[in-house]
Amino acid sequence: MLHIKCPHCGMRSQNEFSYGGDATIKRPELNKEISDQDWDNFVYNRKSLRGKHWELWQHLSGCRQWIKVERDTATHEIFNTLKANEEIS
Amino acid sequence: MQKYSIFNLVKNAFSGHQNWDLAWKDPTPKKEYDVVIIGGGGHGLATAYYLAKEHNITNVAIIEKGWIGGGNVGRNTTIIRSNYMHDDNALFSEFGMDLWRKMSQDLNYNVMFSPRGIINLAHSDAQMNVYARRGNSMRLNGIDAVLLNREQVKEIIPMADFSENVRFPIFGGLMQPSAGTARHDAVGGLMQPSAGTARHDAVAWGYARQADSMGVDIIQNCEVTGFDVSGGKINGVRTSRGDIKVKKIGLCVAGSTNVLAEKLNMTLPIETHLLQACVSEPVKPILDRVVTFGAGHFYISQSDKGEMVMGGDLDGYNSYAQRGNLPTLQHVLTEGIAMMPFLSKLKMLRTWGGIMDMSMDGSPIIDKTHIEGLYLNCGWCYGGFKATPASGWTFAHTIAQDRVHKLNAGYSLNRFSTGHLLDEKGLGTKTWIS
Repeated sequence: MLHIKCPHCGMRSQNEFSYGGDATIKRPELNKEISDQDWDNFVYNRKSLRGKHWELWQHLSGCRQWIKVERDTATHEIFNTLKANEEIS
Repeated sequence: MQKYSIFNLVKNAFSGHQNWDLAWKDPTPKKEYDVVIIGGGGHGLATAYYLAKEHNITNVAIIEKGWIGGGNVGRNTTIIRSNYMHDDNALFSEFGMDLWRKMSQDLNYNVMFSPRGIINLAHSDAQMNVYARRGNSMRLNGIDAVLLNREQVKEIIPMADFSENVRFPIFGGLMQPSAGTARHDAVGGLMQPSAGTARHDAVAWGYARQADSMGVDIIQNCEVTGFDVSGGKINGVRTSRGDIKVKKIGLCVAGSTNVLAEKLNMTLPIETHLLQACVSEPVKPILDRVVTFGAGHFYISQSDKGEMVMGGDLDGYNSYAQRGNLPTLQHVLTEGIAMMPFLSKLKMLRTWGGIMDMSMDGSPIIDKTHIEGLYLNCGWCYGGFKATPASGWTFAHTIAQDRVHKLNAGYSLNRFSTGHLLDEKGLGTKTWIS
């Protein structure tokens, strides 16, 4: 069981959250020239690396806010959590 | 190579089975090969076997970081099927079914293929319609499929919950009578009196033994640390046991594809996720089919040893840990008990996890890449084990001929850019829910 510290509610069990994938993927800026490759990278291509991984979770059975979580994909250790609008440093 | 036969079994019995040949050697890597296959799982071993058998390419090495059969080929639930709707998936898998049927004779190794049939349960009229459509597509591709109504399902699996007040009543089901299971790595023979013989991963070992006998070097405990690429071409591979010169490399490392892709500066339409499975204590024969629960994600069969073999959802977040968390297991088994209430009486014997390449459309990739001499075999999602022979056969063809076979033409890497997705379930790019 993972324990995730929601920046709004505090430490909660994994059951209350749902997953939202890689948090570093940015949608291409629509007012700029966007190549097919840019769309490919946004929609399909993922690094999905072993080790530290910033990802989105939603506190679905709690405050319902989306949050960012830094987690190790090999050990499941959680290092850091941020509100959705906080930038990853 | 010593043939496995009743005659040799009797002959070796006189010497207490002490003098059997080693099934394969433990060679030191050579400086140069014609083809290097990275990954000594089922697919890698099958690829090497078909390279030697079908294409006469025997100066081949398989490089495996751990030991052969220690990854997903020993962590699956052994189900073999071809119940797909899309032509590319259906024809590929059905080609594989033929190889499965002949495999034990072909490899001179009993893989205990048991064509017992698979039933996908339907729990609503809409689902029955969807299954009727899928069944028709299968039959158009020459694959057997039978649509069962509630009474017919009840006759086959009376132990399922057919009572009136269930949340997901069984309306009927789709059956592929020829699907089945095969022996894979027995996931721990400790509870078995015959543990020694039950632990063999027959499919991986059968391919390994034959490939070895034709001259393939199976190099275990050898980690790939980098690639030698220049001018857009593969020149070699760097390993923990020295550099190897080679012009063609087949990447066959489902579960670690993203890690090796990074060493090649490639980003792929794949996420790495964890999938768990479990077995109960062994019980007397009760279930002679593979059954999937249509209202959730749960499937079950019974092993030859009597254990109920079960699996379901991914753990739901990117993971390289070959072990799972309990919430997912609880969720999966809740579905199991909803489908077959007697399961609640059973004790759990073992649980384990494997890491999957989850591709963005749920279908695999067997293709060339933009790097000359680098071939990709990945993205198997839930369906890697059953694809072992067909994957090896088509990947060997792709490597040997430097072009894809028509059977794996649909499994191209660029289908994500061109829009020719093979999205069997129509779920989109959220790999962790597909």
